[in-house]
Amino acid sequence: MTRLMKHRLFWPVSCLLALIILNTVVRPQFIKITVLDGKLYGAPIDILRQSAPLMLVSLGMTLVIATRGIDLSVGAVMAISGAVTLTIIDGSSSPGSVGTVLMAMAAGVALAFAFGVWNGFLVAVLKIQPIIATLVLMMAGRGVALLITGGFITTVVSRPLKYVASGYLMFIPFAFVIAVVAIAVVAVVERRTALGVLTEAVGINPEASRLAGVRSRGIVFGAYIASGTLAGIAGIIYSSNIMAADANAAGELIELYAILAVVLGGTSLLGGKFSIAGTVIGVLIIQTLDSTVLFLGVPSADKPVVFALVVIVVVLVQSPRVHRTARAVLRRSRTGGPPARTEPQKVSV
Amino acid sequence: MTSIVADERRGSALPASVRTFLSRRSSLMPTFAALAIFIVLLVGAQLYFGNFITPQNMSSLLLDNAFLLILAVGMTFVIVTGGIDLSVGSVLALTGILCAKLLADGVSPYLVVPLTILVGAAVGLVIGVLVQYFDVQPFIASLAGLFLARGLAYVVSLKSIRVEHSGVLWLESTRFSIGDWYITPTGIIALLVVLIGAFVMVATRFGRTVYAVGGSESSARLMGLNVGRTKVLVYVISGTCGGLAGLVLTAYSGAGYPRNGIGTELDVIAAVVIGGTLLSGGTGYVLGSMIGVFVYGTIKTVISFLGAEQSWTRISIGLLLLLFIVVQRVIVFRSESRR
Repeated sequence: MTRLMKHRLFWPVSCLLALIILNTVVRPQFIKITVLDGKLYGAPIDILRQSAPLMLVSLGMTLVIATRGIDLSVGAVMAISGAVTLTIIDGSSSPGSVGTVLMAMAAGVALAFAFGVWNGFLVAVLKIQPIIATLVLMMAGRGVALLITGGFITTVVSRPLKYVASGYLMFIPFAFVIAVVAIAVVAVVERRTALGVLTEAVGINPEASRLAGVRSRGIVFGAYIASGTLAGIAGIIYSSNIMAADANAAGELIELYAILAVVLGGTSLLGGKFSIAGTVIGVLIIQTLDSTVLFLGVPSADKPVVFALVVIVVVLVQSPRVHRTARAVLRRSRTGGPPARTEPQKVSV
Repeated sequence: MTSIVADERRGSALPASVRTFLSRRSSLMPTFAALAIFIVLLVGAQLYFGNFITPQNMSSLLLDNAFLLILAVGMTFVIVTGGIDLSVGSVLALTGILCAKLLADGVSPYLVVPLTILVGAAVGLVIGVLVQYFDVQPFIASLAGLFLARGLAYVVSLKSIRVEHSGVLWLESTRFSIGDWYITPTGIIALLVVLIGAFVMVATRFGRTVYAVGGSESSARLMGLNVGRTKVLVYVISGTCGGLAGLVLTAYSGAGYPRNGIGTELDVIAAVVIGGTLLSGGTGYVLGSMIGVFVYGTIKTVISFLGAEQSWTRISIGLLLLLFIVVQRVIVFRSESRR
């Protein structure tokens, strides 16, 4: 039992389970999944489908955070890639053809890739602090997206584009398939090769890993490129979902939710060790919480309060001071003896 | 090596006193660069439009950006300690809507004004305690503050509430004028906040502790400085400024609105960085942040003069930010290579 509790995914998983149980108790039909027309329907399926953009963004964010960085520009990149894709489709003579849509999506993702290179260049080559380097694109990016759409919300009618967010592949929503493929690719590349270990090495101690011969520049570069590209795909899914490119609303606050998902999954913002499974669970927690708030009849405007409380509870649970206090209280109640020896105050160097 | 050679070559062209000043005060350089850009912007706009530097236009620069100025002062304190406060935009909205709501309910402004400022300070206190006593990173702690304040703002009211109270509107509508120049009470409040902030940073023990904590937290602790109290206090200061800014914005727009200030924290951070404060902490000036805000405000005015889309504001601020961080990077790099 204690070994189970020590596992680093214990708290995230129990949090997710608690949310699911809460939902099921309040609304038993929550857990029901029906098959209709060879497609799966139900609240859990909706959650999986809607979580796709956040999942992609959070995956990239995990890699960036593992290198001690942060990528604030993901929301802006989402807006840009959506704007480019829909503007191309809107301007083409055959918005319904698969070829047009594929080309437009390729253009959107390529641009997102380029923005990833840009962020990587600022951070890895110019050695600018990640938070401020990506802030540049975060500020300018939405303006660029607005210029691309001409300040309007571009709407298109295109079956192939609609398929991306609303279609089904076999039984499963296509958006979720994209997310699963992305998770698999990132997991294989990071965990079946040395890349993951090297990334963690760069995050834990950049100087030491450089001295040990790790090419940190390329690894940091790669993390930002991955983050930008994944955000680009997320932007296309988002705009496919509403069939419109909304430069202001696309990916609004998603950088914060993605960072939250990564932290909920047990990856420290200080860089180093990261957990892809943790991030996946973190995203599912956020998406389930989102639906829960709606199910419980909390006005959607009050959602930020709920999120704030969750963030505070989670960071308190992870805080060393609370752990010390909890241990001391436990020990005292068990033995009835004097309080436990307090651990020496850590001095950061 | 090249940097030293370049340094001497440049140095020989300058008088010795200037050279000494530059090498001792290299941290002031970004602020001077911001000042130079501000002047270039003003002169360039004047030459282009012919009617840019007018008393009305310059007076409204202060009036339109008063709330941003107040936020920037608080943010400077936080960033100099090496932290960050993402919550200011939401705190602005929360205190603004709270103030409007209470006034609409007929509560006396003598109670409302202190209360709104206290609410801002309370949000700051929560963030500060999370950062200092629970080892939460400033980014995450202030993110919680952002969500909390925004949500509470929606709880207070979902709709915009007009302010009818003459006392609050007085803050905005009164114009003390000299010739065509004018200043409103909100502008005076903003300038007072800047002056007090600059004085506290430069001339008090607390201000020196703020710089010390930002320079090296463990050294500050070993020197016996009260690091914990200082770190909590800077967030309280930032929250208080957020409350005051909410009040000023409510007076300025004549209404409270819960969706005010989305993304304002980024504008504030950008202005502070443009003003010469390093995000890594330890260096920064309140007066520099003031210049940063004015640069921001001037760009906004220039773009509306040009009749271009306001999305260009964000793009040009982004580019300016890029220019500044690269310049700062070069300065830091050179001071490191000199060592």
